Amino acid sequence: MTTPSRIEWRQVLVPSAVSLIFFTVITGLLYPALITGIAQMVFPHQANGSLLIGEQGTVVGSDLIGQQFSDPAYFWGRLSATSPTPYNAAASSGSNYGPLNPVLIGPEGIIQGRITALHAADAAAGVDTTQPIPVDLVTASASGLDPHISPAAAQYQVARIAVLRDVDTVTLQKLIDQYTEGRTLGVLGEPRVNVLGLNRALDEQFPRPSSPKP
Amino acid sequence: MTGIGILQLVIYMAVLILLARPLGTYIANVYEGKSAVNRFFGPMERMIYRVFGTREDIEMNWKTYALAFMVFNVLGLLVVFALQRAQTSLPLNQGIQFLTTTMTPDSAFNTATSFATNTNWQGYGGEMTMTYLTQMLGLTVQNFVSAACGMAVLVALIRSLARRTAQTIGNFWVDITRSTLYILLPLSILLALILVSQGVVQTFNTYTTAQIVDPTGIVTEQTIAVGPAASQIAIKQLGTNGGGFFNANSAHPFENPTPLTNFVQSLSILLIPAALCYTFGKMVGDTRQGWAVLAAMTVIFVALLAGVCLAEQAGNPAIERLGIDQTASALQSGGNMEGKEVRNGIVYSALWAAATTAASNGSVNSMHDSYTPLGGLVPMLLMQFGEVIYGGVGSGLYGMLIFAIIAVFIAGLMVGRTPEYLGKKIEAYEMKMASLVILIPPVVVLVGTAAAIVSAGGLATIWNTTPAAHGFSEVLYAFSSAGNNNGSAFAGLGANTPFYNTALGFAMFFARYWLAIPTLAIAGSLVGKKIVPTSEGTLPTHTTLFIAMLIGVVIIIGALAFFPALALGPIVEHFATIGG
Repeated sequence: MTTPSRIEWRQVLVPSAVSLIFFTVITGLLYPALITGIAQMVFPHQANGSLLIGEQGTVVGSDLIGQQFSDPAYFWGRLSATSPTPYNAAASSGSNYGPLNPVLIGPEGIIQGRITALHAADAAAGVDTTQPIPVDLVTASASGLDPHISPAAAQYQVARIAVLRDVDTVTLQKLIDQYTEGRTLGVLGEPRVNVLGLNRALDEQFPRPSSPKP
Repeated sequence: MTGIGILQLVIYMAVLILLARPLGTYIANVYEGKSAVNRFFGPMERMIYRVFGTREDIEMNWKTYALAFMVFNVLGLLVVFALQRAQTSLPLNQGIQFLTTTMTPDSAFNTATSFATNTNWQGYGGEMTMTYLTQMLGLTVQNFVSAACGMAVLVALIRSLARRTAQTIGNFWVDITRSTLYILLPLSILLALILVSQGVVQTFNTYTTAQIVDPTGIVTEQTIAVGPAASQIAIKQLGTNGGGFFNANSAHPFENPTPLTNFVQSLSILLIPAALCYTFGKMVGDTRQGWAVLAAMTVIFVALLAGVCLAEQAGNPAIERLGIDQTASALQSGGNMEGKEVRNGIVYSALWAAATTAASNGSVNSMHDSYTPLGGLVPMLLMQFGEVIYGGVGSGLYGMLIFAIIAVFIAGLMVGRTPEYLGKKIEAYEMKMASLVILIPPVVVLVGTAAAIVSAGGLATIWNTTPAAHGFSEVLYAFSSAGNNNGSAFAGLGANTPFYNTALGFAMFFARYWLAIPTLAIAGSLVGKKIVPTSEGTLPTHTTLFIAMLIGVVIIIGALAFFPALALGPIVEHFATIGG
C-alpha cells in the first residue's frame, strides 16, 4: 500500500511505457483508421476532397478550394498570399501583414494594386469605375484558398462580365443567385458565392464570343 | 454589429452553457466510476490496468502522481521527436515529394514539446512538413493524451478538495485512461464524422493535381493537399490542442468548410473546459461552487468577445482611406477582411479568435496578425490571463482554482481571518505554490520577449517591421502563446528558426510543468487537511460578491503585469492607426 510521502516507482516506469504504446495503438492507429473507414464508405466524395471532374474525366479542382482567376471575363476571387504562386493548395497561408504594413496599404501596396487592376479591367470593358469596391475583393483570405466571395463582390463584377460575355445583367444575376449559399439555417455564417462553380457555369452557358475554347 | 451577428453569438453562448450540466455530470460520474460506461466496460478497463501494471484501487500520493505525469510526458515527447526525425523512412509517407520544409532537430524538438504540453504551437506548415504517419502516431496521440493529462491533474486537485484527511489523490493511469476512452474518444468520433460529412478530408490517398479552369495566369495546375485530417481536427478542438493538419489551420477549407463545421468546432473548443466547472461542483458536493467559477469565466469572456467583434467589424481605417467599402450589409460582412474567410465573415472569425485564446486551444480560422491593433490585443490579453478563462481542458480550471485560492487569501487578509476554500485552510505552503503558478507565466513571457527583441536571432525573422510596434506585438504574442500553452500565433513572425524553436520550446515546457507540479503539490497538501465546518465567519465562495472578487483577482494579478508590454505593442499601433 502507498505510504504518505514515498514515491512508488513501480507505479511510474512500466505503466508509462505500456500505456503510451496502448494509447498510440488506440488513438493513433485504430481511431484514424475507423474514421477513414466510415468516411470512405459513407462520405467518399467529401472525404477525398470534394473533387470536381471535368468533361474529359480529369480533375479540374475541388468544390471547396478556390482557384486563381486572372482573365477579366471570369469572376475574380479573393487575393491569395500562398507561395510561390497564388492559390497553391499544397501550401495554404494568409498574408500575415499587419494592418498598417505599407506593403498592404501603401500607395504601391497590394490593395492599391488590386484596385488598379479592377479599375483597368472595368475601363477596358467600358463599364463604370466609380462604384466602391467591396472589401473582400481587395484583401487576401486567411487560407489563401478561400473558394468564396461575398454577394456584394460578385455584384460589383456583374457589369464587366456582362459586357465581356455578351449577356444581360439580369440573367447573370440569376446565375449568381444559383451559386450563392445563404446562412446555414438562416443564421449561421455568412452568405457567399462559390467562384469556381460560378465561373464553370459561365463557360458552360455563356462561352465568350471572341475566344473559342481550345 | 448587425442583429444577426449578435444572434449568432447568443446562440453560441447559450448552447455552451446549456451543455455544461449534462456533460459535466457525465464527466464527474466517469471519474467516480459510477457512469453506465464504467459498468459496461468495467471488465475491459480492469484488464487494461493489469496490462499497464496497476490497479484501479492502487492510489497515489501527490509525488508519485506528479512523477507518473512527468515520465509519461517526457516519454511521449521523445517518441514524437524520433518519429519526426525518421518520418521519411517510415511507412505512410505518401506525398513525400511535396514536403518542402526540412525537419530540422530544433523544429522537431519544438513540435514534440509543443504537442506533449498541449500547446500545439506550430513552427512548421502541416502539409509541407509532416507525413501522414507523424500526424497520426505522433500528433494525434499527443492531442489525446496531453489533454487527458490536464484533466487528470484537475481531477486530482478536485479530489484533494473533496476528501478529508486523506493521503492520496487518485491513480494517474486510471484518470488518463478514463479521460481518453470515455470522454475524449467518443466525442472525437462523433465530431470527426460530422466534419467529414461537411467536406473535411479523411483519406490516405496522396495529393491530387487539378487542371485549373483559367490557365491564363502564371499557373496552370493546382496540387491539392489532402490527408487523414478529420480525425485529427476533432481531437485538436475537443482537447484544446489546436495544431492544424494544414498550415492555415481551421481557416483551410478542408479543415473547416462550412458555417456548421465552424459552429461545432468553435463550440468544441470551450465545451469540455466549461463542462468541467460543473464536474468540479458536483465532485465537491456543491454545484453552486462550479457555477460561480463558470460565471466568472463567462463574464470576462463575453466582455472581451464583444471587444474583438467591435474592433474587427469597425474595419481598418487605412483601407477605408483607399475608398474601399467595409460597411456591413445583407450582401457582405464588411469589416477588416484581410486574413479572414468569406464564409466565416467577421463574427465567426472574432468568436473563434476569442474562444481559441480563452481556452488554450490556439487553432485559428483567421489570421490574428492581420487583425486591427485592438482586435489583436484581445486574444493576446486572453492568453496573458494565464489561460484560465475556460482555459485548456483540465489546465484551465486548475489554473482558475489557484486564482480562487488566491482570491480567498486576499479576502482573508482584508478581514483578518484564516482563509479557507471549500472548508480547507489555505496556509503558507499553499500560498507559496500558488505564487509559483501565477508568477511563472509572466516571467517566461516577458523575459522571453525581452530576450528576443535584443538579440539578432530574435529580430531576424520579424516580417512586419513597419510600424515597429507591430513587430514587437508579433514577438510578444509568440511568447504569450508559448508561455501559456496556447499555440496560436501572429504568424508574420518567422518562427521556424533555431532561435524561436528553442526559446519557445523551453517556454512551453516551463509553462506546462512548472504549473502542473505546484498544483499537484497543493493537492497533496490540501488532501491531508480536515474540512472546517462552515461558520458565521466563513467567506462563501458561490456568491456574486466572490465572483466579482475572483474576476478582480484574475485581472489585477493575472494581466496587469502585461500592460507596459501591451502599451508598447498594440496600444501604440492603435493610436498610429487612428492618427492616420
